[in-house]
Amino acid sequence: MEDKTNDKTEVKSASEAPAGPGGERLFVTSSPHFLNNESVPKIMHTVVLALFPAMAASVYFFGFRALLLYAICIGACLATEYAFQKYMKRPIKIYDGSAIITGILLAMTLPPGFPVFGAILGSVFAIGVGKQLFGGLGFNIFNPALLGRAFLMATYPVLTTTWVEPRTVQKAVDAVSAATPLALMKFEHKLTPVLDLFTGNVAGSLGETSAIAILIGGLFLRYKGYVNWKLPLGYLGSMAVFSGIFWLIDPSKYPSPLFHLFAGGAMLGAWFMVTDMVTSPTTDIGQWIFAITGGIMAVVIRLFGGLPEGVMYSILFMNAFVPLLNKHTRPRVFGAIKAKAE
Amino acid sequence: MAENNGYSLWYEFKKGLWQDIPPFRLVLGTCPTLAVTNSVINGFAMGMATLFVLLGSNIIISAIRKYVAPQVRIAAYVVIIALLVTVADMFLAAFFPPVSKALGPYVPLIVVNCIILGRAEAFAQKNPVAPSIADALGIGIGFTLSLMTMGFIREILGFGSLFNIKLIPPSLFEPWIVMILPAGAFLVFGTLIAIVNYISSRKSAEADKA
Repeated sequence: MEDKTNDKTEVKSASEAPAGPGGERLFVTSSPHFLNNESVPKIMHTVVLALFPAMAASVYFFGFRALLLYAICIGACLATEYAFQKYMKRPIKIYDGSAIITGILLAMTLPPGFPVFGAILGSVFAIGVGKQLFGGLGFNIFNPALLGRAFLMATYPVLTTTWVEPRTVQKAVDAVSAATPLALMKFEHKLTPVLDLFTGNVAGSLGETSAIAILIGGLFLRYKGYVNWKLPLGYLGSMAVFSGIFWLIDPSKYPSPLFHLFAGGAMLGAWFMVTDMVTSPTTDIGQWIFAITGGIMAVVIRLFGGLPEGVMYSILFMNAFVPLLNKHTRPRVFGAIKAKAE
Repeated sequence: MAENNGYSLWYEFKKGLWQDIPPFRLVLGTCPTLAVTNSVINGFAMGMATLFVLLGSNIIISAIRKYVAPQVRIAAYVVIIALLVTVADMFLAAFFPPVSKALGPYVPLIVVNCIILGRAEAFAQKNPVAPSIADALGIGIGFTLSLMTMGFIREILGFGSLFNIKLIPPSLFEPWIVMILPAGAFLVFGTLIAIVNYISSRKSAEADKA
């Protein structure tokens, strides 16, 4: 396969090239001329694999309920994808894994006690409005899972912010309601130990508890080369620097950068949502601007906004700028001369 | 715009109900559409107030169309519309205080509703009184029906009720708060435009075939 492509792109001298069907002697094919064995399903299934540690951690902390939410969200996402593709007479591509990822990520943004009908509604909105109405995979402007979560947050403001204490299932009590570390920080000014945040022994959404499990998955994706290092580094780095400035000004009032990095959805967002290939910029400068501004936004919302957590809105907000960033940070074509301003 | 030569009054009335129905086909007057349609009753009251102002302004503007200098016509229209809006606002406040309170500043804001100035400019100033009345009735009723449809969807989903009567017990259905927020208005508005466009495109495709 590869040899054949290379042959075609070679510009042969007119004398030795065989005449084509129309008598032409020069074969020109469009780029890319280099093929490898990557494909959308392969990338997507690797991402699902990378999400396994975080899924396992959430099942450990929240028990059967977490497993149920994953199953519901994945099932509803696949069903919605199938229904839309069937109805719109598009090729049925539910096996490419992208809907599975949306389902897992959506479930990870939900609290463990979230009702089943809400999870289904969020999945239908995420895939239907967030993805298929825009034209399917590759055409969506916003990250579908985050859009589903934002819709649910506006639809059920109470249910999406009712948290339970981790590992209550094992302690043989129904559920103990609890506040997330970020809410504790914001409304009661209580700090949660960073070690608890790191291992995940805190209340929160399924995917925002264990920072280390997400980090393992994220680094695995980085090793496979599916994650552009600029995006998570820029996002987490700008969060750390920006929150660090406030921490240095007044450590008693503002939490440390480590707290910001490991609490809430920062890790999940930085590794699995900021890096979404469809909804992040394609140019180097664009990616830096996207990631750094997003990180600053998240800290601004956390410290000064009305909500305890700002990762979701920071990413959705920056998603909206991606077309603009792509347009204005386009690198100069090699050899092209800048037009003189008149 | 055509003079009243080939078209009947019935046509002028009917076009406001589907072909030019605001705000889905004639995308004007979207501000009240998004702002006050969180219940059927609010939508109905808003539509009726708009219908009244539209009818009055179309009649007056079409009657005086030959006596107003074109240079000052917009100023004249605004004065006429403002007069009618003041009447509507005071009428609502006097006889239906709860509705007036629910609609808030949006009744006085009918003054700047694009539908009214749009119909005055596009229709009433070029046509006699009778077609202008038909036009105002059609567009006004179409607008009322649209607002009621929006209000119907948003009230059922957002409150679980209809005409302020609880229909669905909260144990069966958790209301979607988003539907009574501005975001829900945009979602419903976009969905309805999509549906109307879809039906229209199918209708015109069928007409082409025939």
